[in-house]
Amino acid sequence: MNRINQLFKNKKDILSVYFTAGYPNLNDTNTIIQSLEKNGTDLVEIGMPFSDPLADGPTIQASSLTALKNGMSISKLFEQLKEVRKTVSIPIILMGYINPVHKFGIEKFINKCAEVGVDGVIIPDLPFNEYYEEHQQLFENAGVTNIFLITPQTPDARIKLIDDNTKGFIYMVSSAAVTGAKKGLSEAQLAYFTRVNNLNLKNPTLIGFGIGDHESFTEACKYSKGAIIGSAFIKMLSKSSNFENDIKKFISSIRNN
Amino acid sequence: MANYHADKKGRYGRFGGAYIPEMLQPNIDDLSARYLDIINSEEFQKEYLSLLKDYVGRPSPLYYAKRLSEKYNTNIFLKREDLNHTGAHKINNTVGQILIAKKMGKERIIAETGAGQHGVATATACALMGLKCVVYMGETDIERQAPNVVRMKMLGAEVVPARSGNKTLKDATNEALRDWICNPEDTFYLIGSVVGPHPYPDMVARLQAVISEEIKVQMKEKTGKENPDYVIACVGGGSNAAGSFYHFLDEESVILVAVEASGLGIDSGETAATIALGDIGIIHGSKTYLMQDDDGQIIEPYSISAGLDYPGIGPQHSHLKDTGRAIFLSATDDEALEAVRELTLLEGIIPALESAHALAALKKMKFNKEDNVVITVSGRGDKDLETYMNRFHLK
Ligand SMILES: Cc1ncc(COP(=O)(O)O)c(C=O)c1O
Repeated sequence: MNRINQLFKNKKDILSVYFTAGYPNLNDTNTIIQSLEKNGTDLVEIGMPFSDPLADGPTIQASSLTALKNGMSISKLFEQLKEVRKTVSIPIILMGYINPVHKFGIEKFINKCAEVGVDGVIIPDLPFNEYYEEHQQLFENAGVTNIFLITPQTPDARIKLIDDNTKGFIYMVSSAAVTGAKKGLSEAQLAYFTRVNNLNLKNPTLIGFGIGDHESFTEACKYSKGAIIGSAFIKMLSKSSNFENDIKKFISSIRNN
Repeated sequence: MANYHADKKGRYGRFGGAYIPEMLQPNIDDLSARYLDIINSEEFQKEYLSLLKDYVGRPSPLYYAKRLSEKYNTNIFLKREDLNHTGAHKINNTVGQILIAKKMGKERIIAETGAGQHGVATATACALMGLKCVVYMGETDIERQAPNVVRMKMLGAEVVPARSGNKTLKDATNEALRDWICNPEDTFYLIGSVVGPHPYPDMVARLQAVISEEIKVQMKEKTGKENPDYVIACVGGGSNAAGSFYHFLDEESVILVAVEASGLGIDSGETAATIALGDIGIIHGSKTYLMQDDDGQIIEPYSISAGLDYPGIGPQHSHLKDTGRAIFLSATDDEALEAVRELTLLEGIIPALESAHALAALKKMKFNKEDNVVITVSGRGDKDLETYMNRFHLK
């Protein structure tokens, strides 16, 4: 069983943390992953920076820009991740936009993921239909899970279709928003989570966008297997002069208040 | 015969499609499912044609430019989109899309703009229909196209500066897409060129097709033949070119020429010559040629012309390049400025900087004396007076 399925089988209140590769410094990637794991993060999403990240708000835009200036690229990231499985055992997901992946070569990219021990990818602007018609076999052969987003506007039938064609988890975007949305969950959002839960999907869900503190994390966990924190973590990194210490404090503040 | 139009999935050969995040999928699905039925409906056609005639002021003249023709020893006809209401071809598209938006029950309109012509044309259509209008515009463009910013504000639009990247058209488009992601239910994204995810490239081309439809009729009147030998237009995203080419795509005797902006020169690092430099990638939801580095990061473009200052190009144009159906040329800032001066002094027409790139092609091509050459003058130069004042030392 792969690491993602294993995680969801054994745990609830899963905490997934997103950070941008190459931010704040080019070679922080492994330090951040190791520190996240050590402090009780269950899953890590590494953002591959892109010049024009259209589903991202100001925080992740800014971190992407810095990362690119620092010299981050997909090939650089794979180089950094070459030995990651010697020290890290939690699932790793790469998240990024289609253009750099397309330029790198989708097949080469997926094979590289498998080679270094990346478990899944999220490519928000690779639409489901395109994946289904052109790339599904490639992903499945390599054993790399493609994770899809759903939103409050996604029709039930489409959610089911996505559920039928993925084998990891479904990324439930909490509201119509780009990343870095304001924290907290409204009645309407909770109703949407309930609607999705009532569909009895075969895949578990994680909630992301607008999760950034203990309160929103615990609330999200009531409606799914866990939640994803991105912008709040990056904001913390941007102010930190001591990662080891601050990551520990951050994760503990999410888990325990 | 080759097919130059979009297939059902919005593909032009290997280009096009809809590479969008899931957040936009319901909107795009809805629009894809409905745009053709709406455009082809009798009700739409009636309203659209009446607006084009009485509001936009169509048909726009096809003017035989006698002195320019003498200079280049051929027959040059100018398609005068600069004479449209609001001063460019952009209004053909906005009056069409605004009717589609209304039909779909949308109350809030968003748009991106480079030169500000699309922003003005959108704000105008919104004023006409009483709809709320938000226009995203790069900070650099807000400065260099100041008169259009004033016009948009007078028309009741909110102009929001885009501050990322080079602060130009690409960045404004990113912000507009982010707005749409955040406001999927009440908002219609009124795209200003033949770019973006399907169905936009096809929808905008259809709404600009009136340009070539009229050229055919006007050429017949003036020369006895519907088809000219050449049709020349500038390309930013490519909407005035797409409209100028539309009804000639299957008339293989007509040579189609698209002119992009090469800024300080194709190899200068300060350019927007997408076809000359680009390779295939995905920008703003569409697979097309684009300017990118070895890591797939988009390269910031440059042109003196805000409307051509874009690192991508509409997917149909990429296909026209691949199939060899159109010829792609480029003109530098200086060549465009020279063309502005030439048209102004020979014909008494001050063109927009964008349109001047099309006119600059005259110096790069060889014509026969009997050839009929149509050049689309996509817009007028009022918005560029500040630049002309500085570059021609008229202060
Ligand atoms: C006068 C004029 N011509 C041309 C363009 C370029 O757009 P397109 O390539 O879509 O015609 C613009 C864009 O702002 C414009 O204002």
